[in-house]
Amino acid sequence: MRGAARAGTPGTLDAVQQSPPLGAGRYGEYGGRYVSETLIHALDELTEAVERIAMAPAFESELESLLADYVGRPTPLTEAVRLARAIDPGGTVIGRLFLKREDLCHTGAHKINNALGQILLATKMGKTRIIAETGAGQHGVATATACALFGLPCEVYMGEEDVKRQAPNVGRMRLLGAKVIPVQSGSRTLKDAMNEALRDWVTNVGTTHYCIGSAAGPHPYPELVARFQSVIGKEARVQMLARTGKLPDAAVACVGGGSNAIGLFRGFLGDPSVRLYGVEAAGHGVPSGQHAATLTAGRVGVLHGSKSYVLCDEHGQIQEAHSISAGLDYPGVGPEHSFLKDSERASYVSATDDEALAAVALVARTEGILAALETSHAFAKLGEIAAEVSKKLERPATVVVCLSGRGDKDLETLLERLL
Amino acid sequence: MGRIDDVLARRALGQAGDGPHTKALVAYLCCGDPDEAGSVDLAVACAEAGADVLELGMPFSDPTADGPAIARASQRALKSGGGLDATLRVARAVRARCAAPIVLFGYYNPLFVRGEETVVSLAAEAGVDAFLVVDLPLDESQSLRTRAAARGMGVIPLVAPTSRPERIALIAEVALRFPIPFVYYVSMMGVTGGAGATDVLAEASRQAAHVAKLTSRPTVVGFGIDSAAAAKVAAAEAAGVVVGSAIVRRIEEGTSPEARIDAVRTIVSELREAL
Repeated sequence: MRGAARAGTPGTLDAVQQSPPLGAGRYGEYGGRYVSETLIHALDELTEAVERIAMAPAFESELESLLADYVGRPTPLTEAVRLARAIDPGGTVIGRLFLKREDLCHTGAHKINNALGQILLATKMGKTRIIAETGAGQHGVATATACALFGLPCEVYMGEEDVKRQAPNVGRMRLLGAKVIPVQSGSRTLKDAMNEALRDWVTNVGTTHYCIGSAAGPHPYPELVARFQSVIGKEARVQMLARTGKLPDAAVACVGGGSNAIGLFRGFLGDPSVRLYGVEAAGHGVPSGQHAATLTAGRVGVLHGSKSYVLCDEHGQIQEAHSISAGLDYPGVGPEHSFLKDSERASYVSATDDEALAAVALVARTEGILAALETSHAFAKLGEIAAEVSKKLERPATVVVCLSGRGDKDLETLLERLL
Repeated sequence: MGRIDDVLARRALGQAGDGPHTKALVAYLCCGDPDEAGSVDLAVACAEAGADVLELGMPFSDPTADGPAIARASQRALKSGGGLDATLRVARAVRARCAAPIVLFGYYNPLFVRGEETVVSLAAEAGVDAFLVVDLPLDESQSLRTRAAARGMGVIPLVAPTSRPERIALIAEVALRFPIPFVYYVSMMGVTGGAGATDVLAEASRQAAHVAKLTSRPTVVGFGIDSAAAAKVAAAEAAGVVVGSAIVRRIEEGTSPEARIDAVRTIVSELREAL
């Protein structure tokens, strides 16, 4: 639990400093706690538990052991030579390309880093029941996995639409002993699953920990999730230095709520030479209105407990997002990303459904890696990002991408669209 | 002294002009469900049948603190063109037809996106007396209460069974500087629309009395009050009750404007009699 970006001090982070206090949960004007009074006590209790338990050395070493022996950390850093040449045949914009292999984590995505951290914390808080929301199902699977490991009952809220398109993950959760509750309200995707999980939590808050999977929600969740995911960036930084003798020129990740991206970025926030790029889901294209590009096309608002960019109309009603990838199909984004965007520490672009699909095929055939549709949004924009960075540097750029998860869960969509 | 303070004070003394009833009845309905004109008639019917204060709900796409009844009502209202503007039009029309105080009830995003200053000004012009913003706890509501106070309007805070003493002390402190017409005590953990067990509502009533003592503000009990009997228990030691989902369900079940108004009159009259 180290390496937090403090609000108002962009770029001053020292990645190896001791765990700083949690703070007030503000990233500039973003974040906060926009929840009913009924949840304030639970959020206070969680904040105190993070400070008292999760930031103690004993907890950190227990979690480190779990991440090593159970998750398989550190995850490898793979150089992707053929992919780099396929995107940039002349080698003029991409010098070297590295993949941070979160797809090789147990359960197949970075989500386990946070789920294990939160469930370990929940057991120490004396919670006896866990709930979670999930979009692509990766956070649901990760939470179900951690609950099985600790012997806790787990209920996962999942939009009915996502239950259909991510059937393999629904099966995995059930095999792991979790109960999957299909949510039929609204757009029947991640946003509605989160609404329903919040309703459950407020009803059962005494016994239940709500394991939020994204770096979103009311304070302390964005900070808690970012710290548990910061292991991605910390490892990547060390690995890049070991492999190349220097820091990368750019770090790239896909952004839905933004947990893998903030995890990667936290490793490099204090390194101004490392440009940070987030890639959102443009769905059918931003002009079509059917997209999930919250930072690209949204406005500042309040959703699910924090102030951040959101997709909403001029009356403040939340709009339905669209993305082929269930994990990015969310009309909000974590508050720290909003802060990083406004402060221009990070840049955010977007890739369409079709671009992401093409990237899945390209990565599979050049590197032998079937990446998740979510992750593939990041691959889809690598050429453009590298061109921008190399132009400024006047040399080919070294880029690290967070390969946040594997694509097995997307097989049905991929077979239908790509073969 | 604001309109709500005045109404609650008279009610507590049994001087509301409808007999020896001393407990306040706050009635919620979702504006635009089933349509804007219908909401005006239904709100006026609530006031005529004995509601002391009207809570006009602004429908929101993601009402996370509400149960299925109000969530469905919000969806119907949004489909019929409901939202902040429609709710303010309902408020203005209701204000023209009856004197009952109006609380604008909703979630924060529609207020934030329009701008607090603009909303406060529009609400003041529409005859609104106070705001209750579910997802804007005390810590986040300073600017809204400052702006509202400048126009003579209050912001109503919630207290939950889990609220620590320092939260209630904070309300007491805020109440010294800003108008807090009443405090809303949430009877049980959960969303709106449940049926509160008698012992839970009785305990909530005792707790509300305690909060009233600490804050020197009238405290009403809401959540889980679905019948006249439940209202009586919840109001026993409190200043009154808030009833929402029970009214919203009558509106949902009504098959014509007349049937809806009759059903709402009936439930509100029953509640009034019990209080």
